[in-house]
Order: sequence, then structure tokens, then C-alpha cells
Amino acid sequence: MRPPPRPSSTRAPASLRELRMPPMKSTMSKRKLKESVEESAECISQVQKILRERFCHYCAAGKLFGMKQQYSHLLELLKRTTVHGESNSALIIGPRGSGKTALLNHVLEDLREMNQVRENLLEVHLNGLLQTNDKVALKEITRQLQLENVVGDKVFGSFAENLAFLLEALRRGNRTSSCPVLFVLDEFDLFVHHKNQSLLYNLFDISQSAQTPVTVIGLTCRQDILELLEKRVKSRFSHRQIYLMNSFDFKEYIKIFKKQLSLPAEFPDEAFAQKWNNNVQHLSEDKTVRDVLQKLFQHTKDLRSLHLLLMLAVSAVTTHHPLPTAADLQEASRQHSSDSRANIVHGLSVLEICLIIAMKHLNEVYDGEPFNFQMVYNEFQKFIQRKAHSMYNFEKPVVMKAFEHLLQLELVKPLERPSARAQREYLLMKLLLDSSQIMEALQVYPNCPTDVKQWAASSLSWL
Amino acid sequence: MNTRQQTKLIYSWYGKPLSSDRKLRTSQYKGIFITSESTKTETCIQLGDFILVEGVNADQPYVAQLMDLYEDGAQHKRAVVQWFCRLEEIPQNKRKLLKREISAQEVFFDQILGYDTDIAAETIIKSIMVLPLHLGEELPVITLNKEQTFYVKQSWDGKCFKVLSPDTFSKLKEANKKRGVITNTSKAFVPSDILTPVKKETDSVLRSATKPKNVDMEIESKHSASKSSLAKERHSQRVAKNDIKTPTARKKLELSSPTRSKGRLLGSEVLGLLDDDCDAIAPLKTSATKRKVKFTSDTSGSPPKIPCSNDKAKSTSETAEHHQRFSDTIRLSPYTRVKDFSGKDKNLHEKDDVLSSVGYQKPSSQSPVLTPRSRRACAQKTSALIAEQISLLESHGKLAAEEDFLSGSDSSYSSSSEEEEDDDDVPCTPEKKTKSSRVFSTPKSSRKSAVHTPVKTVKKTPSQGTPRTPRNATPEIPRRIQAAQEPASVLEEARLRLHVSAIPESLPCREEEFQDIYNFVESKLIDGTGGCMYISGVPGTGKTATVHEVIRCLQRAAENDELPPFQFVEINGMKLTDPHQAYVQILEFLTGQKVTATHAAVLLAKLFSTPGPKRKTTVLIVDELDLLWTRKQNVMYNLFDWPTQKHSKLIILAIANTMDLPERIMMNRVASRLGLTRMSFQPYTYKQLQQIISSRLKGVKAFEEDAVQLVSRKVAALSGDARRCLDICRRATEICEFAGEKRTPEIVRMAHVIEAIDEMFSSPYANAIRNASLHEQIFLKAILAEFRRAGVEEATVQQIYHHHVALCRMEGLQSPTVSEIMAICSRLGACRLLLVEASNKYLHMRVRLNLGQDDVMYALREE
Repeated sequence: MRPPPRPSSTRAPASLRELRMPPMKSTMSKRKLKESVEESAECISQVQKILRERFCHYCAAGKLFGMKQQYSHLLELLKRTTVHGESNSALIIGPRGSGKTALLNHVLEDLREMNQVRENLLEVHLNGLLQTNDKVALKEITRQLQLENVVGDKVFGSFAENLAFLLEALRRGNRTSSCPVLFVLDEFDLFVHHKNQSLLYNLFDISQSAQTPVTVIGLTCRQDILELLEKRVKSRFSHRQIYLMNSFDFKEYIKIFKKQLSLPAEFPDEAFAQKWNNNVQHLSEDKTVRDVLQKLFQHTKDLRSLHLLLMLAVSAVTTHHPLPTAADLQEASRQHSSDSRANIVHGLSVLEICLIIAMKHLNEVYDGEPFNFQMVYNEFQKFIQRKAHSMYNFEKPVVMKAFEHLLQLELVKPLERPSARAQREYLLMKLLLDSSQIMEALQVYPNCPTDVKQWAASSLSWL
Repeated sequence: MNTRQQTKLIYSWYGKPLSSDRKLRTSQYKGIFITSESTKTETCIQLGDFILVEGVNADQPYVAQLMDLYEDGAQHKRAVVQWFCRLEEIPQNKRKLLKREISAQEVFFDQILGYDTDIAAETIIKSIMVLPLHLGEELPVITLNKEQTFYVKQSWDGKCFKVLSPDTFSKLKEANKKRGVITNTSKAFVPSDILTPVKKETDSVLRSATKPKNVDMEIESKHSASKSSLAKERHSQRVAKNDIKTPTARKKLELSSPTRSKGRLLGSEVLGLLDDDCDAIAPLKTSATKRKVKFTSDTSGSPPKIPCSNDKAKSTSETAEHHQRFSDTIRLSPYTRVKDFSGKDKNLHEKDDVLSSVGYQKPSSQSPVLTPRSRRACAQKTSALIAEQISLLESHGKLAAEEDFLSGSDSSYSSSSEEEEDDDDVPCTPEKKTKSSRVFSTPKSSRKSAVHTPVKTVKKTPSQGTPRTPRNATPEIPRRIQAAQEPASVLEEARLRLHVSAIPESLPCREEEFQDIYNFVESKLIDGTGGCMYISGVPGTGKTATVHEVIRCLQRAAENDELPPFQFVEINGMKLTDPHQAYVQILEFLTGQKVTATHAAVLLAKLFSTPGPKRKTTVLIVDELDLLWTRKQNVMYNLFDWPTQKHSKLIILAIANTMDLPERIMMNRVASRLGLTRMSFQPYTYKQLQQIISSRLKGVKAFEEDAVQLVSRKVAALSGDARRCLDICRRATEICEFAGEKRTPEIVRMAHVIEAIDEMFSSPYANAIRNASLHEQIFLKAILAEFRRAGVEEATVQQIYHHHVALCRMEGLQSPTVSEIMAICSRLGACRLLLVEASNKYLHMRVRLNLGQDDVMYALREE
């Protein structure tokens, strides 16, 4: 699981501010230095601001990469709706982070700038996560269209009335005189689960009949979306699908990397921008950087993860370290790809590590069958009695306590909910760690006793 | 509804049969008595009289002239009438032919042949007046019985308005004269030949005391009639009917007491009379509450109100006039049959009382000026007044029940004059009025209701303040600012024509089906009977389009007089939020009423089961029938039951996708009512699809012949869905346009069509896998490996992870961490290439492929 990008971006400025303010020096001879430091501090805070915006608000204002064809298709489609009053429906399908919303936003922005289109298109934006049923969706549509049954910001009337009203409103219009309406359904797949899919049926039905011109654009990441549509709804859908696939190769990926990291031409301090951009050019040719990017590219083509990596790297930039280096990127990559569960293991006590090792052995012996505390305790006792040199024996309640801590960390998971009656010692559990994760964690675990390490390597080592 | 049982009406013949037909076993009569059991009153209606007849809309009873009365072989009382139609009954689009404003009281001499003039006598409500006027003539400004008088100037034959022929004019005039004579002598007129046995005196005494209240109660309830629920309307209607038979009550109230349907008229007239200040009251009143018995205090309140509102101008003269009218009314009230003289005497007393009370009222009512503000302020006092009123009423109740008439009436008037004052202050306090009237009309039940009503109404009053739904908001999308561009090139023209929404001149390839449906509906229309037809077919085979085409043709035929006129209603299961909403929509189409689903069901059942005298045949299209399914299937049952009723005149065309829907989801009793008239639309063959496209493209050379054939063959092989076919062609024109942008515009060729087909039909999975990242592809390979190893098409992430690591080692790649694997897994899960469990199981999460293993292998091998 990737950690969400926001925390890192918000944390960064705080730490930077401390670093940017070097302790004031009273000696006059150092004034020049101080000035240059302040100047570069100014630049760097600007750089951070620009890049942070670019990486965090990718959807809103990001550049489009490798979707020229899709762009022109969608633009043509919407242009025809507004200019000719032609009704249409289309789906934009692509995995998460492939730029569906960005594409749509770009098209809409460009559309609004056209002369023939200005003020000539009503937009209704719905989101499957917000409009969870048709009733809510209808109210929202009515509100956004500002029909006459809207008072202030509220929509009155029952569900049935609202539906009848909206359908009547749309039915009365015609191709040449009514203002075209654009319906954007984000998370389109969630609308499919509404009762009878009646909202979709009605929208598509309007788009296929001589009423007010409407265009329905759905955004979804599900490839099987068409199979989810009911047959009547499916028949009314025009089957225009615009696929976004991140279909670029590694060369283009490097280009995107450069573009995303470069400073724009309108950056105030030109010298700094020049320096920065040259550095980016160098980075893109650096072997280690290429390796880091290659690794990321092999894992995912999603541009959001690239942004996350760059964000981590750029956060390391300070006045004393004004340009990101290959090492920064490498460090960011390490953070980015580190295993979250294994990280938890690093913070465990030796006793808890021992318990996990015992569980690992049990898993090996019983081939992944569930175990209970008593079994783990027995295994642990065997180790203590026969093999351990550096370990003391612990009381059973102490071991139990350690076990419960593991439970809380969700390194161990009970098969069923613990009931009041069942004894805790005999509750069946499963280990949520792979043996390879455990071994890796032990490698870097500080001050791990040797006998524990040996025991971990082989359960039979005491024989 | 229960009130209906309470006030049972008995219809009996007046006089002996005039003539009888042995063969038909019918006998004719010259009049009919309507006796109400509960109120023990009678009214007599004779041939030639003008009457109100119960209609579809309880608000708007039909107006007619009674032409004949007879009893048929089955002992049913029948009546033959000459209809008059109100403006509301004339189709909207024809109204403009009139070219003049029409008062609500004007009716048209009906010459439409289609209407059934033979009605059941039980549907007669009461008698009224219809005065013929010449076209140029103004309506007499104020006449007596304003609400019971209609005017006729023109006739209506379904096409145009004509001036009344002199013949009809004189006939109408004559009928009125006869009636006028009767009315003038009404006091003396006592049809002694069939007088019913004299009732107990006390009975009538009590009645005469209570009647006035009753009448006014219902008058006022009319104000809210449109808002109140249907049952209440019916109730008030019934009450109104009772009133006809309470001549004693009528007398003094004639001026202000309208009959049922004219409550609104009264309201509007009051509005007109009142000055600006009072303008504000009327709407307030009409919407004050939904209680049926509200405003009853206007009993004596409403007559004095007019003078008091005009008091600034010339109240004295007005009131004088008013009194004059009062006495007129008494003299002129038609068909008064007083059963005993003592009652009549007392009535005179009563009249005097009224006059005196009004006279007494005047000075007091002048002082409080009717400004809305003062009213609002006083509204706060209402609750205090209510409590006072309750105690007062309780004592009144006892009084009314036990004391003799005079004292009873005295107390009633004193109390009503009190209320009058309140009324001036606080016009929207229906609670008190409710109670007081209740007390007098039904003394026994009053005490209970008196205690309960205020609580409810008090609760309701604040709700008035909240903003209401704009009731008459017009559903409309804003108009576009810039004109839509017309197609410029051949391809654009073709695209416009190929759009599914474009309505072609004819529907090719559905001629047979069209003819079958047309014949079915036409025959039913001509016969004036009902019937069902079930139409099935997969989506996109032109079911709805064909049915609409049939309706269009039938409507054209009806306009040309080749067929009887009919109404066309369409509902769509998908456009309803709930199956029961079907009733609401049908009723709204038919009568324009807006009621709840349950009420609509009752109303529709009544509408279709009773012989509607003036009803046209209704053609009802039920699209997406399967969505009207409910567990008890009562919606479907009702829909298909109505056409089987004798008088329903309902033709249903039900449309759904599956051929065996009746057998599959319907109960036997529903399926049996649906009948066996079925039709199924076969999917289009490629030749038909080809014909559809070429017929749409007639005259536009935009497609290569082969390209059209390819599309139709492809679609016919897959689904036979015409929509798909048109969509592909449309997309092909776009691709063509896009490709040919640099050169001159060309026609759509094979290559473009193939590209469009590929775009629409290619499986997205293969492409998605090909464009996935390296590790995602390895993960899929690992899944295949694990499936092969285990022999089960399901694996946990842990198992796949081990394979993944092994594969990475083989390829010389750095093996990913578990977190990365989980990320890959969830990404693939989000695209639905994989089906995954909830991710809190972490490594034990089970994974399945959402597509065949072969497909995955195929997609991966190509690399």
C-alpha cells in the first residue's frame, strides 16, 4: 500500500522552514553570505510551491501525456454537442491515475474558450461516491440545472415528482432551441448499482431521442463496465469508449520525469531556473536515477506514483542542498518501496520477535494451518529450554501480553471474532506475515541475539 | 369514502310511468326524486331540467339537460341527457379557436356524437340553471344562484365552435321559462301527489336548524377542495348533494352558497369584490389547512363579509341590497318542498334572525379594518381563543341537542357573530370554526372532535410559513444562446440522419407488425371496447418506435374523423420511481389531478369500472412492463383488469423484452387477464438493417455500399440491435472525417467501418493487459502458474507472491516487497482484471481472474 501523498507534502514545508532560517550571525563580514542564503531560500520556497502544486493537484492542471488521440475524440464529441446540438454518450475508461479526469478537465477548459461554445453548455457533475442513489442524484441534477422547482439551494418535492419534473423538462426541449446539457458521471461504476439503473436508463434514453440535447460522459476504472449495464441500458448507450491506458514506454517516461521536475520559463529567478533545469537534465541521464525510474516504471506506469517519488526527493531540497541529487531520488525510492509490515517488525521487542518466529515455524510445520496461543507458547518453550543461551524464560502472562500486542498490530489475525466464552489461549489465529518478510526484518533488526537468528533460520537447529 | 355510505341517496321516480315499451320492458317517467336518507330531504328533477352529473373529476361535474328518464328491463334507472361541455373539457389546442375569454360559468352546447348520452340516473347530482345568451351578449353581472347558473352562447362539435341555432336557442329558453315559472311559484309548489309521509316534527325542526351550517361548511370546504385529498372531496361532494335536498337551508344562503363545484368561483368572486387588503385573505384562506370542515364559521360570516370589506366605499347601500337579495333568494329558491308547516314557519323566524344578526353585525364589523398585519398579530391569540371556544362549544353542544329550535338558533347566531369578530381579526383560524359548526351539525360527535381538532390544526398552522414547493413551476431547460449549426457537409448530414433520435418518415422492415398493431387498436377503437396486447422483443428492435408510429397514424385518422377520438397515455416502468407511481401518472394524464398513489388507484378503478358517460377511449402504452412487477403484482393486475371491465374503453399496449414474461413472472390471474394477443419483434436480419440504414441515408451519398453491408452483418450476427448499427455508422463517419481532414471530404469506406467496429466490440481486457506495467504482467503470470499448480482457479496473495518472486529471479529482476505486491494486486482489482477480496485479509486475500486463463495467456504471449 502506498502511503497517501498528502501527509508527506504537508510535513515537508514545516521541516524546511526550520532549515531555511539559519541562526542569525551578528558579524558584519558574514552579511553577504547571509544575503545570498536568504535569496536562495526565497527561490527554493518558490520551487517547492510550484512543484508541490504540480504534484498534488495533478487532476486539475496537470499536463496530458500520450493521449492526443483521446483528447481530440472527446473534444470533437463535446463540440458537436454544443455546436450542433447532437446528443451523445461516452465512457472514459482507464486505470486509476491514468488521467481520466485530467483529460476531461482539459477538454472542458479548451471548450469553454471557444467562441461558439461560450455560455452555451450546461454542465452537471455527479460523483458516484457522493450521489449514492437516484434520489440524491436527481436532486443534485435539478439543483445544478437550476430548474424552477429549486428554491435557493434546496429542491422540493418527492422523488417521483422530481423525476417526472426533470424528465418533462428535458422532454420539452429540442435539438435546435434548447441549451445542451453535459452530464459528467464520475465513478460511473457506482451508478450501475442504483436500483433498476433507472437514472442511467433515463439519461441514455434522452441521449437517444429527440429531446433536449444531452451528452453523458462516464468516468470509470473498471474494464468490465459494459457487462454491468442492464441490457436495455446497454442498448441505449452509444458504445463510445475512450480508453486511457498509460501506453507510453520508458523513453517517454523519462521525458515525463524531466517535464514534471523542470521549472517553468516564467520562474522569477532565471539563473536559478536555468541551474535547476540543467540539473534535471543531468539527473535524467544519470545511471542511478535511470535505475530508480526503471524500477518504478516496471512496477507501475501510474503517474501518481512518479509524483510521489519526486515529492519525496524534492522535499530533501534545502538552502544548503539546493539541487536534488541522484542520492535523494534513491533514498526516496527506498522509502517509497519499503515494506510497511516489515517496518512494524523492526519496532518489536525480542520476545515478540521470538513469538513471530515460533509462528513462522508452526506455519511451516502445519503448512499454513491456523494456530492458537498455546501452540505458539509451547513452541517458544521448546526454544527456551533447548536452545536459548541469552534468553530468559518469561511467565506465561507476560508472553500472553506480548501476543496480544501482536494482535493489536494486526500482525496476527483471529479467524473469527473473539467471543466472551472462548478462552483466549485457544483462539485460532493466522500470521499476516510471509516468512521472507520475517527473515528480511531480522536481517536489519538491531541487536538481535544470535541464537534467535539461528533459531529463525531453522526450526530443527537444536537437534 | 365512508361518508358515502353514511349519506345514502335514494332515487325514486316521480309520478307514474308516462309510457312504457312492452318489448323493451322500459317505462318512461317525467321526473325523479332524490332522497337522502341521512338528511331526510328530497329534491325533484323533471324532464327538461338542467342538471349536474358526476364526472371523472369530482371538482368538475358535467353539465347536462335532462331529456328522458326511463327504467330499463333490468330495473335500472336510466336517463338520457343533452350534454354541455365546460371549457376544461375542450382540448387545449382547440381552445384558441374560440378567440375570446371565457368565464368559468360559460358552457358549450355539446354536439359531439361520440359521447354516450345514456347515463345511469344515480349519477345525477342536482339541478341547476343554464341560460342561453346571444354571442355578443355580456354575461349578466350578478344574478341569483351565481354558482348554480351557467350560460351557453355557442355549441361545440369537437372541431369548431358555432353560434347556437335559433331552434336550440328557443328550446333552451323554453326549458328555462318552464323552470322559471316553477321557481317563482316554488313556495307554493308542493307536488302533493307523491308526498312522503310526514316526518316527525322535531326531526325537521332540528334539521332546519342544522342545515345551514352544513351547507356552509361544504361551501367553504370547496376553497380547499383542490388541495384536500380525494376522500374529502368526495365527502364534500356528497354533502353538497345533501344540500340540494335541504331546501330550508338553502333559502338564506343561496347568495353565497355555491354548490360543490363552484366553490372556487365563489372564492374568485370574493376576491374580485374585496379590496386589496382582502385580496391577501383569500389565498390565505384557501390554503389555510387541509381539514375538510374548516371555515365553517363563515356560516353567517360570509354574507356579512362582503359588506364589511367594502365598508369604506358604501357599505350601507351594499348591505341593504344584500338584504334585498336575501329575501329574493328565499322567494326564488326552486323546488322547495317543505314537509310541514311548522318547520316552514320557523324557517321564517330563522330568516329574520339572520337578518337581524347581520344588521347587528354591521357596526361591529366596520371597526376592525381588515389589514393582514392586524390579522397576523391576532393570530397569536388564536390558541387562547381556541381553549375558550372549546368550553363554549361544549355547552353549545348540549344546548343544541336538547334545547328547542329557537333558543338553539339564537345561541348559534350569537356564537357565530362572536366568531365573526374573530374572523375579522384572525382569518386563518379554522379550528374554532370547525368546532362550532361541528357542534351544530352533528351534536353528538362534536364533543369528541372539538377536543381533538385544535391540537392538530395548531400544529399545522406554523407550517404555512415554510416555503412551499413552487407548485406551478414549469419544467424547462434554458434555451441556448447561440443558434445550433446546421450540418454543413455530407458527412454531417449523414450523421444527423443516422442519429437514433432522428425520426424517419417511415419505419422500414416493421410493416407487418405495424399493420397488426394498427388493426388491433383500430378495431377496438371502432367497437368502443377495451383490450390488451403484449409486445415483446430484444432491445433495439423498434418496439416503442413502431407503437408510437401507430399512435401517430391513429391520431391523424382521428383528426380526419375516420376514427372516434381517443386519448393517448404513455407510461414507462423505467421512468417511475415505484410501480405504484403508474397510477399517479395515468390519472394525471387523464384528469390532471395530482394525488397519492393509493388514491389514484381508487379513482382510476372507479373511473374505469363505472360507465363514464362522456369518456373517450384511452390508449395506454406501458413500456418496460417488467419493472411494474411487485410482490403482490397488484399494479399489473389492475392494469390488465381494467380493459376487461365493461365500460372501461381502455386499450393497453404492453411492451417488454422477454417473450415469456407473462408465464415467467406473472401470477396466473394476471397472465390470464393479459390475454393471448401477443406479438414478438424478431431481431433485425442483416438485410433489414441494411435497408434501415439506406432508407435513412436516402439522397445522401456518404457510405460505400459494402461498408453498410459489413456493419449490418456484424450487428445482425451479434444482437440485431438497430441502435448499435446506427451508432457504428455514426462513429464511422467521425473516423472518416477525422482521417480525411487534410484532403477533400470523402465517403465512408470499409476501413473506417472496420475501425469503428473494432473500437466498439474489441475486448478491453487484452489491451489493458498489454499496457500494464512489467510487474503487473508478471503478477498475472504468477497467478496462472499458481492456478496450474493448485488446479483451482483461486489463490491467495501469499501463494502468488512466492511464484512472483520466483519469476522475478528467473528474469533477473529485483523482487518486489509485499507492500508493492499488494499495490499491484489492488490496482488490477480496481480495473477488474482480477476479482479480489477485501484487503484487510492482507496476504490471505483470495484472488481470481475476471477473464479466461487463455485470454490472459494470449494477451501476455504477444509481447
